[in-house]
Amino acid sequence: MQTASPTRKVALSGVLVSLAAIFSYVETLVPLGFGVPGIKLGLANVVVVFALYSMGVRYALTINVVRIIVVASLFGSPVIMLYSLSGALLSLLVMVILYYTNKFSMVGVSMAGGVFHNIGQLLVAAAVVETFQILYYFPVLLVAGMITGIIIGIIVTRVSRLVTIKI
Amino acid sequence: MKKDTVVIEALQMTKADLLLAVSFLLAGIICFVGIIYFNSLPAGQVQVKVEGKVVGIYSLEKDRKIELDYKGENSVVIKDGKVKMVYANCPDQYCVKHREISRNGESIICLPNQVVVSVTGGEEQDADGVTN
Repeated sequence: MQTASPTRKVALSGVLVSLAAIFSYVETLVPLGFGVPGIKLGLANVVVVFALYSMGVRYALTINVVRIIVVASLFGSPVIMLYSLSGALLSLLVMVILYYTNKFSMVGVSMAGGVFHNIGQLLVAAAVVETFQILYYFPVLLVAGMITGIIIGIIVTRVSRLVTIKI
Repeated sequence: MKKDTVVIEALQMTKADLLLAVSFLLAGIICFVGIIYFNSLPAGQVQVKVEGKVVGIYSLEKDRKIELDYKGENSVVIKDGKVKMVYANCPDQYCVKHREISRNGESIICLPNQVVVSVTGGEEQDADGVTN
C-alpha cells in the first residue's frame, strides 16, 4: 500500500467538504421537523464519520468545520453557525473518544455522535434563552439522535466497504 | 437479500454499542418520567421570560392577551386556562405552531426572540380549593 501524498489528501478533503456541504443543503430542502425544532437526518455526518475512519481526527475535524462555515455563510446566519458548530464539535469529540477505545462499531460511534450533536445544540439553546425549560426537548432529541445516528452508521459501514480509498 | 444484509450489519453492533444504546434509552425514559411527574403537579401561573429575565407573571385562570416587544414582537393569549402564542415576528414560527399549554412545567419557547412562556405552580388554584 503506497503512502498518499499530502496533495492527494488535500484534494480528497476538498471533495469531501463539497459533498458534505451539498448534503447539508439538500437537508434544508426536506424538513423532517415533526414539530420539534432541530430534528435532521444529519447526512453530512456520513462524510465526517467516513473521514474519521479513513483519514483521521484532524481531517474529520477540518472537513466538518469548513463545511459548517461554508454552509452557514451561504444559506444560514451567524446564529445557525453557532448552533451547528457546538453540536458538531461535541459530537466529534465524543465520536473520537469512542473511536479510540476500539470497543465500538461504526454504528455505535455514529449513534453516539447523533445523540451528542443534539445535546450540544440543546445546551447552546438553553444558554441563549437562559432557561432549563428547553430541556423538555431532551428525551425526544435523544431518541431522534439515536435513530438518525444508527441510520448514518449503517450507511457509512456500507460505503466504506465499497469505497476503498487508501489514504 | 439486500434487506437481510442491512439487518445483519445492524445486529453486528458490539456489546459496547448495545450497552451505550441501552443507557441512552434509560436516560431518555428517566427524563420522560420526570417530565410526566412534573406535569402532574398543580399549575396556576403563567411566567413570561425574555432574555433570561422574568418580565411578567399572570394567573392562568384570567383570560387576557399579553403583547411583548423586546428583541422581537410576540403575542401570548391566556384563555380558558390554556396558553397559546398567537403571533411572533420570528423567522421559524415554531412557537406559533406549538400547541397550547396548560400543565405545570410546560413551556413555549421562541428561540430567535429569546422568549420563554411557561406554566408554573401557583397559589391561585389552592386558594380556589379553600374557598370552595
